[in-house]
Amino acid sequence: MKIGLFIPCFINELFPHVAMATLELLESLGCEVEFPMEQSCCGQPLANNGDSKGACDAARRFTNVFQRYDYVVAPSGSCVSHVTHHYDWYIAEDTAYQQLKPKVYEIIEFLQDVLKLEKLPKPVYFPHKVSIHQSCHGLRELHHASPSELMMPYHSRLEEILKLVDGVEVLLPERRDECCGFGGTFCVDEPELSTAMGEDRIAQHEATGAEYIVGADPSCLMHMGGIIRHQGKSIRPLHIVEILTGRGAGT
Amino acid sequence: MKDDSVKHPQATAEFLKDRAQAKWHDSAIWWVRQKRDAQAKQLPEWEELRRLAREIKAHTLSQLDDYLAQFEANAQKNGVTVHWAADADEHNRIVHGILAAKQVKKLVKSKSMLTEECGLNPYLEQHGIEVVDTDLGERIVQLRHEAPSHIVMPAIHLKKEQISELFHKELGTEAGNNDPTYLTHAARANLREHFLTADAGLTGVNFAIAETGGVVVCTNEGNADLGTSLPPIHIASMGLEKIIPKLEHLGVFTRLLARSAIGSPVTTYTSHFHQARPGGEMHIVIVDNGRSDILGNEDFYQSLRCIRCGACMNTCPVYRRSSGFSYSYIIPGPIGSTLGPSRDMKKHGSMAFACSTCGSCSNVCPVKINLHEQLVLHRKKAFEQNLLPAGKKMGLLAMRFLTQHPALFDLGGKVMRKVVPIIPESLTRHSAWSRAGRDVPPMPAQSFKELYQQRSQNKKDKEGQQ
Ligand code: SF4
Repeated sequence: MKIGLFIPCFINELFPHVAMATLELLESLGCEVEFPMEQSCCGQPLANNGDSKGACDAARRFTNVFQRYDYVVAPSGSCVSHVTHHYDWYIAEDTAYQQLKPKVYEIIEFLQDVLKLEKLPKPVYFPHKVSIHQSCHGLRELHHASPSELMMPYHSRLEEILKLVDGVEVLLPERRDECCGFGGTFCVDEPELSTAMGEDRIAQHEATGAEYIVGADPSCLMHMGGIIRHQGKSIRPLHIVEILTGRGAGT
Repeated sequence: MKDDSVKHPQATAEFLKDRAQAKWHDSAIWWVRQKRDAQAKQLPEWEELRRLAREIKAHTLSQLDDYLAQFEANAQKNGVTVHWAADADEHNRIVHGILAAKQVKKLVKSKSMLTEECGLNPYLEQHGIEVVDTDLGERIVQLRHEAPSHIVMPAIHLKKEQISELFHKELGTEAGNNDPTYLTHAARANLREHFLTADAGLTGVNFAIAETGGVVVCTNEGNADLGTSLPPIHIASMGLEKIIPKLEHLGVFTRLLARSAIGSPVTTYTSHFHQARPGGEMHIVIVDNGRSDILGNEDFYQSLRCIRCGACMNTCPVYRRSSGFSYSYIIPGPIGSTLGPSRDMKKHGSMAFACSTCGSCSNVCPVKINLHEQLVLHRKKAFEQNLLPAGKKMGLLAMRFLTQHPALFDLGGKVMRKVVPIIPESLTRHSAWSRAGRDVPPMPAQSFKELYQQRSQNKKDKEGQQ
């Protein structure tokens, strides 16, 4: 089983430690992982601003780069969701893409659904309170959890996988899945609103008493992190793979 | 009337200057979303109802011409006069014609977003007819010479103190008496006068039933009933998408509507109108006004399933923090942000970008419209019609190029990581990223690609040594 590691462009530049944690986690679970150097942005920012041609080219490029793998795995719900849920708007007729699509996974999905992870490669003790941040695309497109709007049985992938971690106390903010206001280029198109949404979201996470805001999407964590730093708050955003590799509190 | 030249980002930045008021607005509307959740939870068949509602509407839209013809024939059999209006102007002329023929001086209206869309009030006022909105929220915004800021709760942007002040000025209530019951009674007494002296009543339509030719109007105040029972003329204005095939389908929608809209199991009044009362007249005006264009568009036709419950507004984190007046189209929030750009991309294009694509709207929508996806599809049109700000477009074209040239992309990233840390804070403070209070992320020394290359090299070296 050969895995192609998909590291979204901004994670590559700004959150290399999240990418490294993903790689190490997969390798320590016995996976053969390769990071194809010629990969690039998945095209979501282009698509979300209406640039169909750019989005289409990016989708084709992604398909060409990754079609040779058995699985493709990435530590970002939003970018994976763009590939698996929106490429059809641009390259639905591409058979290589249609073959690739079911093989593309967000890391937590991959751990739970493909590897059927029941225990972590090495035991992790993380004696901290964490507040779960459900990122919108992971939640409503990848169904990471039951969205609060839908009347369905409750489930939550992040809460489930954190059960494998010793000592962690998992909390949920009030309005358990409201958007943090990042929204891709929305965050610079409407900075006042985006920041106001982020401030409200952070306050709800803080109110749980948590030390960390834990999520599976670095973009939301980056946005909230920027506000947290600006305001000198003590709560810290943290990507869930960093906890699962056992070095969460160190980074 | 609504200022249709507003641009969402600027209007919202203005709205957010008063954070206390903005927070109040957000919580007041979130409370309605919670009431909706509580009601929906009580129906084990909730998701099944949504699926059914979606399918009934989708089916109806696929044969809309037939159902409209059936509806017209059955309404005519009941003695109702049916009119067809291709656009807002024609709608207004038809309504005026009906009123003028009977020398109507005063018209009482119950809530109808369609007449807002058509600009009926100013049209009739120009022709010397007094129009009184009788829904409490609509009456409040009418007295303030404002547009509704929400399609179900038109005055949700106002606090009771502001309403008390308005009523003191307009209706002579006690200054400083903010008691909602007192204020409601004052409005009611004032409206009763108008009901008694009006010569005609106009209502919107929630559902028009093809099989019976009847229309159904849902209200909580009973104003539609008074407005149609007292004056001799009843005009019902409806968009042509309001049709459902049979009476037996109605229950699916009435069960969803009030729960989605205000979190109550049913509206206080669900009134069925089939014919004029003895000696009176009943008219139905069926309005297109751009709807058939939307019906013919494969990306956007789903928006015609809308039953105007307003739930998408209540759940929208952007709407709650920007208010209805930050949107240029008469209908704000997610549904307005697809209908507005469908109507006029140049005017309402900014609405399609007023969205973080969180998708909550599509999940609450009782007829399962893919709202957040429609906004992204509108952005495609905006891009193609060259309506993006020049700077943004350039940025996207650069991004498009870099995406295909990873080596240059990496170089750009490297430059960013090296340069950002040495730019003085005074220069970055005003950037779109930072200006509202958000610091730039710390810039790591190496990208993952660089780390990965080193790691691979180290591995190779190690293997070489062995
Ligand atoms: S789009 Fe859906 S949620 Fe929004 S008003 Fe229409 S029916 Fe209600």
